[in-house]
Amino acid sequence: MLNPAPAISLGNTLSLILAFALVAAPHTEHLPLWLSALAGAMCLWRAYLARMRLALPARWLLMLVVIASAAAIYLQYRTLFGRDAGVALLVLMISLKLMETRTQRDGMVLAFISYFLVLTNFFYTQSILTALYLLGCVWLITAAMIGLQHTHEPARYRAQWRLQLRTSAVMLAQSVPLMVVFFFLFPRVQGPLWGMPSDAFAGVTGLSDNMSPGTINKLVFSEEVALRAEFSGKVPPPNKLYWRGPVLLDFDGKTWTAPPRPFLNRIDLQRRADPAYYRVTIEPHNRRWLFALDIPGLLPPRTSITADHLLMSQTPVTSRMRYDISSYLDYGIGADSNELTLRRALQLPRGFNPQTLELGQQLRAQHADNDAIVTAALALLREQKFTYTVEPPLLGRHSVDEFLFNTRAGFCEHFSSAFVVLMRAAGVPARVVTGYLGGEYNALGNYLIVRQSDAHAWTEVWMEKRGWVRVDPTNAISPARADGGLAAALPESALLSRSVFSSRNPLLHRWAMTWDSLANSWNQTVLGYNLETQRALLYRAGFDGDTLRTLAAMLIGATILVTLLLALATLRQRRRSREPVLAAYQTFCEKMAKVGIARGDAEGPQDFATRIAVTRPELAHATDAITRLYVSLRYQEEEENNNKNKYLQQLQQHIKALPA
Amino acid sequence: MNTVAALKHRFFDWFIQPRAPETGVIVLVQRRVYILPTRLGLVFAAVMLMMLLGAINYLLSLGFVLTFLLVAMAFNGMLFTFRNLARLHVSGGRTQPVFAGHTAQFTLHLSNLAEQARYAVGLSRERRGGDDSAFTDIPAKSTAQISIGVPAVRRGKLRPGRLTLFTRYPLGLYNAWSVVQPDMQCLVYPRPAPPGVPLPAAEAAQGLGASHGLGQEDFAGLRPYHLGDPPRHIAWKAAARGQGLYTKQFTGQAASEIWLAWDQLPPRMDSEEKLSRLTRWVLDADAQHLNYGLRLPGKVVPMASGDAHRERCLEVLALHDLPDLDNEADGDA
Repeated sequence: MLNPAPAISLGNTLSLILAFALVAAPHTEHLPLWLSALAGAMCLWRAYLARMRLALPARWLLMLVVIASAAAIYLQYRTLFGRDAGVALLVLMISLKLMETRTQRDGMVLAFISYFLVLTNFFYTQSILTALYLLGCVWLITAAMIGLQHTHEPARYRAQWRLQLRTSAVMLAQSVPLMVVFFFLFPRVQGPLWGMPSDAFAGVTGLSDNMSPGTINKLVFSEEVALRAEFSGKVPPPNKLYWRGPVLLDFDGKTWTAPPRPFLNRIDLQRRADPAYYRVTIEPHNRRWLFALDIPGLLPPRTSITADHLLMSQTPVTSRMRYDISSYLDYGIGADSNELTLRRALQLPRGFNPQTLELGQQLRAQHADNDAIVTAALALLREQKFTYTVEPPLLGRHSVDEFLFNTRAGFCEHFSSAFVVLMRAAGVPARVVTGYLGGEYNALGNYLIVRQSDAHAWTEVWMEKRGWVRVDPTNAISPARADGGLAAALPESALLSRSVFSSRNPLLHRWAMTWDSLANSWNQTVLGYNLETQRALLYRAGFDGDTLRTLAAMLIGATILVTLLLALATLRQRRRSREPVLAAYQTFCEKMAKVGIARGDAEGPQDFATRIAVTRPELAHATDAITRLYVSLRYQEEEENNNKNKYLQQLQQHIKALPA
Repeated sequence: MNTVAALKHRFFDWFIQPRAPETGVIVLVQRRVYILPTRLGLVFAAVMLMMLLGAINYLLSLGFVLTFLLVAMAFNGMLFTFRNLARLHVSGGRTQPVFAGHTAQFTLHLSNLAEQARYAVGLSRERRGGDDSAFTDIPAKSTAQISIGVPAVRRGKLRPGRLTLFTRYPLGLYNAWSVVQPDMQCLVYPRPAPPGVPLPAAEAAQGLGASHGLGQEDFAGLRPYHLGDPPRHIAWKAAARGQGLYTKQFTGQAASEIWLAWDQLPPRMDSEEKLSRLTRWVLDADAQHLNYGLRLPGKVVPMASGDAHRERCLEVLALHDLPDLDNEADGDA
């Protein structure tokens, strides 16, 4: 506190640099290259200066670098306050703080900011591996902090390092029980507390509420998980696994969009079979919609359903979310759809795709009802040798015309788009539905993994009495898509991503499945722990009512209990660990007290011995021996160790021999 | 109000600080060890709060895990810091006398009976550890020494007063401290007057068996050797002939046997000045290997020479006319 700040030693400087470099390393993936290079250069430069015992650079020079770099960060991100810009700024600040870390206190501040930098890593990933890696970083930072408290330059650096690392490990390990208590019992509040920067969820892949050629295509190579689903019964067959996403109603010739739709007061649904019950864990995508199999029956709490049967959450899904839901896989919907909706589902932009419009009118003329038109159109697609490819050729203004009559190669979005335009041209109300199709079953964890690469687009056409009927034109071209997923539908060479998940090597695949199952448990128990799961936990434990008060009481109680146990373990006084020499002499004094000669508080051993010799001459000999042994054991430090033990044994024997 | 303040003072006096010097081994029992966060500890708490808010706002589960782990570690650190000081055995070591104006070194022996080593234990005269802090490590089941300098302002006996043993190991987030007042004292000699004042001349008929007018110039004869005679005055030739040890006497040798007397000094000098002057003379006389005696009001140190004699004289000067507050008669201090 009032201490003159002691200068920071070489060992501590190096350990702080190492800790910072390791914490910052994962950030290099998204930091601008120049900043990573700058931070790395600062680390090396600081280490060099410390090694050579050179003076640190002048402050004005550092200020210049700070201003220039902050300007560069601003130019790069166009802000200084977003998530990415904030992290960049933090890394910049720490690497420059490194250059003016002179005292022990500077070192401590550096360690604190490094802890904070650990936290920022979780913006980007919270996987098991990240957690383990960063735990290692925390271990190092803490060891560096402990090193800062040592007041003497160590004789041997390696021994000192080992000591620091061991102390750090012990302290962290002992903190785990209390951390678990805090984690489960600290009252969770529903974040966010303040507005998140707009880029908080930048880079989150997933479906959007519009579709133009290429939108879904770009998801195909993403192995990122969209959702996981655990079925309480049998997993439905692959061709029933249509995870319903945004329903696209409006078309402007190029892009399909999903207009805002009213919510349904009651689900308009004809149930034809028993529903499937399942639990979905959805990855955050920062949108309000949730995914359910066609068509959700019972809704989870705090969700509603739109007129297009899209399940919606009340707030954007910004964290991993879990809900229990049921779906009717055999259903009928929208038989009584109103005129307005149906008219909207027939709209086409003027001046686009004349050939398709003509084809549609032909179909309408040739066939009596909607049903026949759909069948004929599908037959058309099937006969005309369309190719299913993830690398479709580019299309011009009349995209549907070009696709249907020229290129004849496309992805699900081309098929669904073209089919709906054709239907509308033939006077059949139709719409595009986006979502995911299928998923991969993980037998180890008994759940289904749905990835971004499972993204799909299909269509629904409206028919008298039957309502909206799902038609998947992709299926007409490539039936394997629905049954075996994308990997099955495409030739192997088409899949550019060579990740283990799409690997056909059984061993690798098995390993991948085990890993995902582990990741799923991690997601469910650690990452998925939030306000709701906390409440559910309390409820299951039998606590009802005022959860906040219950939690506060439990938190305080458990904290006290754990701390007490820890304190007992740490501060336990072992009687046997008392110095044996002292203990022996104490026994001697007690024996003397029993025979009437109590040793005074400040009486030295020699004076005491003299007094004993005067009052009890028969004890003089033994007392003399004991006193001499005691004094030499206690006050002569240079004794050889084995001699010490010998003397101690003699001392104990003499005392034992005394009459009790 | 005054009563409350007085009570508070009394309480702290009783509770925190020993009132009188403690004799023997002082054990820093748990009741005597106090602990509070340092300023860096408060900064750490602020960082933890920021991290918690970040975790809540950005819905980072691992942010919670990290923050709670660090908070729990800080809790644990409190126990570690406390343990680093508690149950330390403290005893005072010997002190070397110093002259006023110098710094007296007080050395404490710290013995660690525990199975863990203790690191970075500091000793200071300020309650929270000040500029004067000295630090030491004490290995498990071992002893270490720690010294602190106390400026010796006045002659007499100097006590270190209340000393604070403190530690911030291992995290630096807490300061644990214990106040001890070991029963130690250091003898402080008077500050010697500046050199240059010549020694007083020999006095007539005052010394033990002194011959009048003895000096160093002219050989006057031999007398039997006395313990303490300067070796260069021994009649080595006679000794070599086996005639026994004789000391050569010179006329004009009176200067080698002098009395340093309080009443020789001018009466206008105040007593501390006189003591300073006498101290200087003792040092000068000792440096010249003279036989000298010291005469103070009410105290006479007989004529002699040598280290022990010098220290005896200096002690007499140091303690002259001081009320002996400490009734302990310790001969070897």
